[in-house]
This record gives sequence, C-alpha cells and structure tokens, in this order.
Amino acid sequence: MLVRLLAGLILVVAAGAAGAAIKGDPAAGKEIYARCLACHTLASDRVGPRHCGLFGRRAGSVKGFEYSDAMKRYKVVWNEKTLDRFLANPLKIVPGTNMTYAGVPDPRERADLIAYLKQANESPECGK
Amino acid sequence: MTFFEMPTPLAARRLFLGRSGLLLSGAAVALLAGNDALAAKGGKSTAGDVRILNSALGAEYNAIAAYQVGAESGLLQKPVLDLAVTFQGHHKQHADLLSKTITKLSGTAVSAKAKYDFPVETLKTQADVLRFAANLEKGAVSAYLGAVPLFGNHDLAKAAASILGDEAMHWAILRNALGEAPVPDAYVS
Repeated sequence: MLVRLLAGLILVVAAGAAGAAIKGDPAAGKEIYARCLACHTLASDRVGPRHCGLFGRRAGSVKGFEYSDAMKRYKVVWNEKTLDRFLANPLKIVPGTNMTYAGVPDPRERADLIAYLKQANESPECGK
Repeated sequence: MTFFEMPTPLAARRLFLGRSGLLLSGAAVALLAGNDALAAKGGKSTAGDVRILNSALGAEYNAIAAYQVGAESGLLQKPVLDLAVTFQGHHKQHADLLSKTITKLSGTAVSAKAKYDFPVETLKTQADVLRFAANLEKGAVSAYLGAVPLFGNHDLAKAAASILGDEAMHWAILRNALGEAPVPDAYVS
C-alpha cells in the first residue's frame, strides 16, 4: 500500500515538473496574445501597461502607469515562472488587481503566450 | 458577399444592418441602469464588480478613440466609414452606461485618457484600419469573456455578456469587410 502511495506521489510530482517545463510556441502565443489587445499592447500603455521590457521588470513599476495598490504591493519580478503563476488566475494571485480577467487556465496556452512575449521583447517593436 | 462587392453604398449599408442586429439589448441597458434592481435581485455588487466595470470602461474609451483615429484617417470610404462611426457609437453607449453604473454603485468611474498613442504610422490603407479595429474588437470580446465569470452580481454579468455579443458582431462584420470568414470558429476565447 505504501509503495503504491509513493509511486502515485512520484507520478504527481513528475507531472507537475513536466507541466512547468512546457516549451512554448511563440507563433501560437501570438494568437493567444490577440485576447489581450483590448487592454494591452507591446509598446504603449493602454488600460494595462506595456509589455515591452516585461521580463526582469518589477511588478507595478512602469513609470507613469496608474497601477492598483494591490499590484504596487506585489513584490515580484516578472519572469517565466512569475508570469505563469499570475496569468493562471490574476485575481487569485493579486487580489485587487485591475486586471479583471479570469486568466489563462491552460498551462500549454500560458507557455505559448509567455514564449511569444519573450520573443516580442526582442523584436524591433520593443526597440531591439 | 462582402461590403466591397455590393453594387451601391446603400445596398452595403442594408446588408450590414440586416446582418448585424445593431441595437444593444434593451434588457441589458435596463439591467445596468436600474441599480435598485441590481441590489435586489442579482446578488451583491462588490468593489470587485466596480473594478471590472472600470476596466471595461477604460477599454471602451480606448475603442472610441481608436475609431476616431480611423474615421479621421481619410482612409475609410463609405459605406465602411459609416460602419466605423456606427460601431464607435455603440462603444460610446457602452461607456456611458458603464460610467453611470459605476457611479450608481458608489464607485468612481475612470476618465478617458487625454491622449492615446496608437500606431497611426502603420495605417496606410482602409484594410489596415479595418484590421486595427478588428483586432481591438477581438480583444474586447476576450476581455468581456474573461470578466463575465468574475462578477459578484449576476445581472451585471448578464449585461456584460450582452456587450460581449455586440463586440463579437463588430468583430465579425469587420472580418467580413476584410474578405475573411466572419465567424472563424464555433467558440470565442
């Protein structure tokens, strides 16, 4: 019985690790990013802040953009891991955020979206 | 048949009117405008609901400004220009209603920005303007879809879904005007 439980636990952990290691497809992520375009663009602030310069940026730190108090207090630096966590359910991770969006629950879609954002951050549109 | 294939602007406009169902649901308007009914029947409205409405309002202001850029670009020919102005009018109605509802819920409605930084240098043809608008409308559909399940008040969720339907019709008509399949999938995301 104990062996079975341990084997099950190992499987669950392995599945989690595999999920975290999904390699995103930027082309698919560009399609998913279309969902964001009412509020975001790469190079300009809209309802939400610009996404150029996102990786390595502290949450709530784009100069001149008016963030919620909750986002200002959210002391993380955006990277693949922190974005994956936030995008899964923004309001659960940062209660009070103005990003009033239910999130992207599919890990594959999140990986694709993040891959696109990484690629876009290296593009001429982001001054690269 | 697309707008560009219609023999006259009047025919194109009739085609558009016939296909799009231009009027925002009167029921949705009543739902949003009647805050007494909201409080009584639809569940408790929360500060979270006001935040959602304010995010939607910001996006509506963005859309209004974008259509203004399109209308003033000189790139849109009738009847497409009429189409853009009509859709902008819908967004103005949405914004007006959202703003009033936020106020009725004792919130503070966000204001339109003094300036919007749109990529006007990329808009060189009518198709460019239509694509720009279509992308915004698609994004609006997704934004409302992502907001609907978050409302504490079911009547607000229903009203937001009504606006979602309107935005989806805009997106479909704009795709049609671009010569693309107006409804590419069975579901929106």
